[in-house]
Amino acid sequence: MAENGSVAWSSVGKKVITGITGFALMGFIIAHLIGNLTLFIGPAQFNGYAHFLESILYGWFVIAFEVVMVFVFLFHMIAAITVAWTDRRQARTEGYRYAKNAGGKSRKTLSSTTMIYTGILIIFFVIGHIYLFKINPSHENLYATVSAAFSGIGFTIFTLVVMVLLGFHLRHGFWSAFQSLGWTNDKYLPLLTKLALVFAVIMAIGFFVIPVYMYFSGDSSFTMPGGH
Amino acid sequence: MSDNGMTIHLKIWRQAQGATSGKFVDYTVENVLPEMSFLEMLDILNETLVQKGEEAIEFDNDCREGICGTCGMVIGGVAHGPHAGSTTCEIRMRQFKDGDTITVEPFRAKPFKLIKDLVVDRSAFDRIQQKGGFVTMNVGSAPDGNAFPIPKDHADHAMDAAACIGCGACVAACPNASASLFVSAKISQLSWLPQGEPERARRALAMIAQMDAEGFGDCSNHGECEAVCPKEISIGNIARMRREYLKGALKG
Ligand code: SF4
Ligand code: FES
Repeated sequence: MAENGSVAWSSVGKKVITGITGFALMGFIIAHLIGNLTLFIGPAQFNGYAHFLESILYGWFVIAFEVVMVFVFLFHMIAAITVAWTDRRQARTEGYRYAKNAGGKSRKTLSSTTMIYTGILIIFFVIGHIYLFKINPSHENLYATVSAAFSGIGFTIFTLVVMVLLGFHLRHGFWSAFQSLGWTNDKYLPLLTKLALVFAVIMAIGFFVIPVYMYFSGDSSFTMPGGH
Repeated sequence: MSDNGMTIHLKIWRQAQGATSGKFVDYTVENVLPEMSFLEMLDILNETLVQKGEEAIEFDNDCREGICGTCGMVIGGVAHGPHAGSTTCEIRMRQFKDGDTITVEPFRAKPFKLIKDLVVDRSAFDRIQQKGGFVTMNVGSAPDGNAFPIPKDHADHAMDAAACIGCGACVAACPNASASLFVSAKISQLSWLPQGEPERARRALAMIAQMDAEGFGDCSNHGECEAVCPKEISIGNIARMRREYLKGALKG
């Protein structure tokens, strides 16, 4: 019998790791989106929400959460990159001269074949996003930072493009996570692939409307009541 | 189409035994009748090649009725050709048009070492099977037919998975050259039956370890395998294989 290390890091083990971390990441973006919707209520509410997060457990919650997320991202990336990049190249050293998609029952789509690229783009986006809205800004008035960032058309459009690509990643990733953990069967798979499309569209639109809203109605001169 | 049937242009992969690479060679076959099978068309081509003193094109085949799984090539860019749910030997020439140009390539994957022309070595599948694709039972007289009660739907699921003929098209079609569909069919089949219980916890671990050792790629859930599988094995079996693997891993 194989050792525990290789049981977890076998071809199936890596799928399970990608699936579990994928669920964690999807859970995170759902919570992130819901939290961000406070931007629509108003600047004070958004800043209040940010302060609330930072105050849980005297700030330790955010730190613990960040540590966990770093590991989640790393495992998701490393497992996925070895599946989609390294192992695949080693498994077919001489490629087809002429190959076509089989169509029919295949679930190969533009989004399934570009997971690795949309994934790499998203991780760079996340790093930039953390720098811009977490490391750099004034923690007192995050709203002003957000609306200043989305006052330029260039950055706003860039964000919109990335959100569409996030939708592509989720369109395959959502049902694929269930399949990777073995949480599907012939009965539920067709439903899950349809749900994946719905989930991807909701997430992309959700994260899409925030930059658009901030571009058109953000007020970067907002100051905290009470004179921060 | 002339009275004498269709004219078919072929680009067939030729690779000498022991060579590390090969190339497409163009052939034209005249008088192809729509009711001929794809392999019969190749037979005719081979006869003309032999008459001309050239070497015949090597391809695997045996039953020619879709049950043995030896025939297998990538026809027009798709493993087992354009028709879903059929093997290469079940492809009929009526599925092509007069004047078509058809490419014919071998199944390509590193663990399927190319032997010659369109023939590849699929013994990696046998080695995976030997690790766990079996059940243990006493030798001697055959057991009573209905000694084990098996629910009808379980028997049906097992039978669907057992339809896998080990042709290797799933590997050939997978963008990652993964053998997941084949291995999942074998694991799934026995997981539905009481006879498969004794080895159940270690079967998936052992077979998947061998699949990885043979050098097959990892699955990305593209589902191309299901689309080309002549027996229409579903990727639901792959989900089941992963459950079996997790159960086995947790039992230790
Ligand atoms: S799963 Fe289908 S494609 Fe793969 S070896 Fe079995 S019959 Fe062939
Ligand atoms: S020759 Fe037996 S399946 Fe095609």
